Amino acid sequence: MTTAATSTTKVGADAAGGGLRFYGVWLIGIVVLIVLPMIFSSGGSLTSFSLIGIAIVFALSYNILLGQTGLLSFGHAVHYGLGGFAACHMMNAVVSHGWPIPLPFIPLFGGIGGLVFAMIIGWVMTKRAGTVFAMISLGIGELVASSSLILRSVFGGESGITTDRTALPKLLGWSFGPQLQVYYLIAFWLVLSAIAMYALTRTPLGRISNAVRDNPERVQFIGYDPHVVRYLAYCFAGFFAGVAGGLTAINFEIANSALLGAIQSGLVLFSTFIGGTAFFFGPILGAILVTYLQLGLTNLTTAWQLYFGIIFIGIVMYAPGGIAGLLMMHRPLIRAGTLWTVIPSYLVAIVPTIALACGVILTIETVARFSGGDAINLFGIAFNPTSPVTWIAAAVLVVGGAFVARLTWRRIAEAWDRAATVARDRGYLA
Amino acid sequence: MTAAIEVRAVEKRFGNVGIIRDLNLSVAKGERHAIIGPNGAGKSTTFNLISGHIAPTSGEVKLNGDLISGLQPFEINRRGLSRSFQVTNVFARMTVWENVRCAVLWATGHRYAFWKNVDSLPEVRERTAQILDDIHLTHRRDVPAGLLTYAEQRELEIGITIASGATVVMLDEPTAGMSNAETERAVALIRRLTEGKTLVIVEHDMSVVFGLADRISVLVYGHIIASGTPEEIRRDPKVKEAYLGEEAH
Ligand SMILES: Nc1ncnc2c1ncn2[C@@H]1O[C@H](COP(=O)(O)OP(=O)(O)O)[C@@H](O)[C@H]1O
Ligand SMILES: [Mg+2]
Repeated sequence: MTTAATSTTKVGADAAGGGLRFYGVWLIGIVVLIVLPMIFSSGGSLTSFSLIGIAIVFALSYNILLGQTGLLSFGHAVHYGLGGFAACHMMNAVVSHGWPIPLPFIPLFGGIGGLVFAMIIGWVMTKRAGTVFAMISLGIGELVASSSLILRSVFGGESGITTDRTALPKLLGWSFGPQLQVYYLIAFWLVLSAIAMYALTRTPLGRISNAVRDNPERVQFIGYDPHVVRYLAYCFAGFFAGVAGGLTAINFEIANSALLGAIQSGLVLFSTFIGGTAFFFGPILGAILVTYLQLGLTNLTTAWQLYFGIIFIGIVMYAPGGIAGLLMMHRPLIRAGTLWTVIPSYLVAIVPTIALACGVILTIETVARFSGGDAINLFGIAFNPTSPVTWIAAAVLVVGGAFVARLTWRRIAEAWDRAATVARDRGYLA
Repeated sequence: MTAAIEVRAVEKRFGNVGIIRDLNLSVAKGERHAIIGPNGAGKSTTFNLISGHIAPTSGEVKLNGDLISGLQPFEINRRGLSRSFQVTNVFARMTVWENVRCAVLWATGHRYAFWKNVDSLPEVRERTAQILDDIHLTHRRDVPAGLLTYAEQRELEIGITIASGATVVMLDEPTAGMSNAETERAVALIRRLTEGKTLVIVEHDMSVVFGLADRISVLVYGHIIASGTPEEIRRDPKVKEAYLGEEAH
């Protein structure tokens, strides 16, 4: 979806081709969203797709801050959660007053909830960027999360605010009782929000947000107040986080203090960063992956948070551009036709890298299950966590895997350097 | 006629160190004014004081007769004063095109607009293309600014500074670190782009200074010891002693 970022600045026939490709990507995305539940129609898949759709909206809203404006927030879930509460209260009000507002309009009120709070706290928060902003966002996050347990009339205390989405007026005969209908509602808002957030990056404000990210000092000398830019970006991020929160409220028919908390804030930071903040589609990949991991890993292991931590550290250290960054690194090589020179080194690296990963998994699971746990099932092989055989296998895999993997990684780096140099010489920078 | 820039009795202290002492400077409209002086004299600090980057401890700065000391840099910029930086200060991750376009946006009235597509603003596009053409970087338009060569970054720095169409342009050592050929090219560029504008320039190359400037001010230890035409400065005994003598001109 970032192809447009470069294609729009080119001229003539190139722009026409780029435009076609650009709309093609969006169209494919929409078609995929429509047909997905037809291919994977089980209840579990529908639930997963719904959660992923919400997570994508939330992560994209977070990237307005992190990737577009350079603001690292530790409290973004505040707007998500408040959007959820706003949506729940609105749904209950619609039902009790008999207002003619059908369910698909409810996420808008979630957005307004997130936006209003962003407008109130944003001005003070965005006075400074960097560490000051990060610290204040952490404080606000804690403040709101703890208030939500104290202010019972608004937040419903521990149990939260419940609602019944099917009690709202029907739209075109849809009651939104079945998960499939909820999925399509989420998909609709996902498309709407993604288009709006992408369009935002192509506006004067969107461009200046990037400039503020890169160099807030210089922005002041081309007529802009970086504080205002950060504030407006914060409001937009708050709005779309609120939309995501509203979708969550519809999906679960409840809003509670967990939506606002530090765990949600951490998770959206995690998804966005893993996906890659430098490209519009990065957070989409991150949200898909993290939601899947979360759903999948929680069933497989009690130590799933440990895996999240390892993945996060690995990405921060070795691929700070995230998945999107890793993918887009290959673009100049593809264009210059030198990608094939690095593929063999990738293939060679696969086996030792997998061995290393298995060793790490085995080690973690051994520790996690040592005092009373099931056998570890790795690719159909059962390992007993209290058996020395398992420990030795884990040690051999970790040490041997790491040793061989490092050699193969070095070969990748060398092959990369050669291929990238050729690509640069042929004039392909990105 | 009111001066473009009027600095009166400005002091600047960092802690208890007086860096700028009783600074007085007047730059007439349409004038090309060079500020020279040894390293550490306070030339960049003077730029910072005028452009609002730092506030004076006391004294006042006027732009076209209006008091601007105490205003924020963006407020001063909106009143038609634009400056460049001695150390290149661009938007590193954005392309050359984007760098210049950002500098065009406020002046063309688009401000914080979030309802307009930035790619379909004809006057923005034309002006950006014109500036890129002026600074000879059209062929590098899609390259991230951080990947430009040093000389190219210096040219982009000038491009960003003039892009808003400000009537008062301040350039802080625009040719520092350039080769002779690059300097020559940059000076021709500056001469052409600041035609009809007020220019304040800090420059170390004396042949550039005496070739370009209508008037020169000599800054030593945060104080202007002489201000006048190149001829007057050349003959000034204080200047000879304090500055030009050292440079053996
Ligand atoms: N923010 C600051 N804090 C403390 N000292 C500063 C600051 N900015 C500049 N100075 C000092 O002021 C003096 C003048 O610096 P500067 O204006 O950069 O000189 P020039 O541009 O003439 O070489 C130097 O001694 C420098 O160390
Ligand atoms: Mg200086």
